[in-house]
Amino acid sequence: MTAGLDAYAPFVGRATIEELRLLGERLRGRRVQHINSTAVGGGVAEILNRLVPLLLELGINTRWDVIRGGDEFYAVTKAIHNALHGQPVTLSEHDVAVYRETTEQNLRTLALSDDIVFIHDPQPAGLIAGRAPGSHWIWRCHIDLSAPVPSVWEFLRPTVERYDAAVFSAPQFSRTLPIDQVLIAPSIDPLADKNRELDARTIESIVTSLGLDPGRPLVTQVSRFDRLKDPLGVIEAYRLAKKYNDCQLLLVGGSATDDPEGQAVLTECRDRAADDRDIHVVELPPTANIEINAVQRASTVLVQKSLREGFGLTVAEALWKAKPVIAGAVGGIPLQITHKYSGVLTHTIEGTAYWIKQLLNAPDFARHLGENGREHVRHNFLLTRHLRDYMLLFLYLGHLGQSVITLD
Amino acid sequence: MTPAMAPSPFRFWTRLTLTRLTGRRAADLAEFLEHLRTVPASVIFHHTHHFLVQHQHLSPEPPNDLAFWVTNVLQEDRLGERLAAIDTVQFPSLEDLRDRVVGVIDEYLETRQELRTAPPGEEFHFMDAISFTLPTGHQARTLAEFARELRQVTYGAIAYHLFESRLRVGSDDNDFSRWLERDLSEPELAAGVRKLDPYTYTMEGLRQRLLGLIELRLGTTAPRA
Repeated sequence: MTAGLDAYAPFVGRATIEELRLLGERLRGRRVQHINSTAVGGGVAEILNRLVPLLLELGINTRWDVIRGGDEFYAVTKAIHNALHGQPVTLSEHDVAVYRETTEQNLRTLALSDDIVFIHDPQPAGLIAGRAPGSHWIWRCHIDLSAPVPSVWEFLRPTVERYDAAVFSAPQFSRTLPIDQVLIAPSIDPLADKNRELDARTIESIVTSLGLDPGRPLVTQVSRFDRLKDPLGVIEAYRLAKKYNDCQLLLVGGSATDDPEGQAVLTECRDRAADDRDIHVVELPPTANIEINAVQRASTVLVQKSLREGFGLTVAEALWKAKPVIAGAVGGIPLQITHKYSGVLTHTIEGTAYWIKQLLNAPDFARHLGENGREHVRHNFLLTRHLRDYMLLFLYLGHLGQSVITLD
Repeated sequence: MTPAMAPSPFRFWTRLTLTRLTGRRAADLAEFLEHLRTVPASVIFHHTHHFLVQHQHLSPEPPNDLAFWVTNVLQEDRLGERLAAIDTVQFPSLEDLRDRVVGVIDEYLETRQELRTAPPGEEFHFMDAISFTLPTGHQARTLAEFARELRQVTYGAIAYHLFESRLRVGSDDNDFSRWLERDLSEPELAAGVRKLDPYTYTMEGLRQRLLGLIELRLGTTAPRA
């Protein structure tokens, strides 16, 4: 049994829930179909698992379908994904044929008759070919499209241009397109295991079980072992700060067993950490949500020193726990952190080290950043805001091109 | 003394905003100015107002996106300060506000030989506000009811009646003052609300300030036991 809308009132206020219901009334009975490429795992499935029941509670006739494809199709869509993220990947004629063939197969099996069809990411984008007259189609891009491989973007662009609107997570991800583009950031769920309140005993027990000393300052980065998250840079920054401040460093992330590069990065981190017993490199299973929650709450400072980032929701998770966060000024992170107001944005290892020292030595300032950060997340990055924006977008489809819309 | 009853109730509306991406971006002041001259007025509204609700806990600083970017990214402190000090409340329309913003930057550029460029990734992205306005169901006929409902409505509702209706819908006054004066015969209270500079408060601070003015008035009109 998942929590209903009223369970969010303690976080966002009764009036905000009322507003959601007012929007829901104006969409009551409307049929909305979400389509993505996986039912489990990944951020899109995680968010749909929470949003779909809430949309249903609001009276919007929402369903969620998943496309089917073979290994070859998913290898092609992974290549497209990487190319859109800017990695040097090209598509062969065979790749294009595989993509089109799987799209055709799905067009034959999926019923696409709803009022609004909401397509997530490139994998199912080609389904627009099956658009029913009078329906509205939205393409939701969760990818950083700021510097895509041109040939791959040119392959996808004509398809995207057939939609009514495209949704991006950060302004720099948008492209020049003849259709409306809107900004809808992702969100975190304050009721999820990763974010809910934990009692002090649970936190201490988890921290101790990971070999950390709960009595000493802790600097933590929660992320996959991925070069773009720069874990080795975090170790360097910690070493620079450690010369002047006693602290422990925790690098914690999901298991990397199915990712050869991730495994290599993990090994490098462990090698680099070998001579310092205060550096803890911990691999946790993807289900370890309460453990991640606990280490975030136990940390003195949280770091997200990404070199490239989609949105970087770990930042919102940390801010929600009222923690001071030092993060790379990339992707969606600047939307979450206003430098020196709700966190700290850095560009270098030295800058990260400087701010680790500053925040360890100025706990009042650090607390102030954390409190501002939590309020910023409360107003902008909780699930209820995400739900509101999706409903506004559904309503906007009936008023394309307008700037002031009155909903009597 | 019977509390004054308005002939028509004050109906609280709210406004919710969806952010539209324009694809326009600026890396230096010349590009910034060029876009500011040509973007739709709703873009000017977005960048001078969304901070109030989105970063409401941080107000009165930073006051608007334009000043924030110029100060913190381009590090043009002098210009940033002038943009931050633009008295938004005095402009009757968004076009007037745009003219002032453009004028301040124009004037500054006349004295600048070299332009600073934003670091990669920190360009200014112009965004548009799509505003949705809708009735909330909260309404009041007396001043006491007005205070009670004002405590309950969202920041979006307060922002709508104080900023949006005037600048985007074209009313010549804020909605609260107009109703207080016309329907409740409270010209002094209406003037007090009109005199507030809403851009220098957090949204919660603004709510409390409005309530303070009303309670002061209720204190002088409340029947004695």
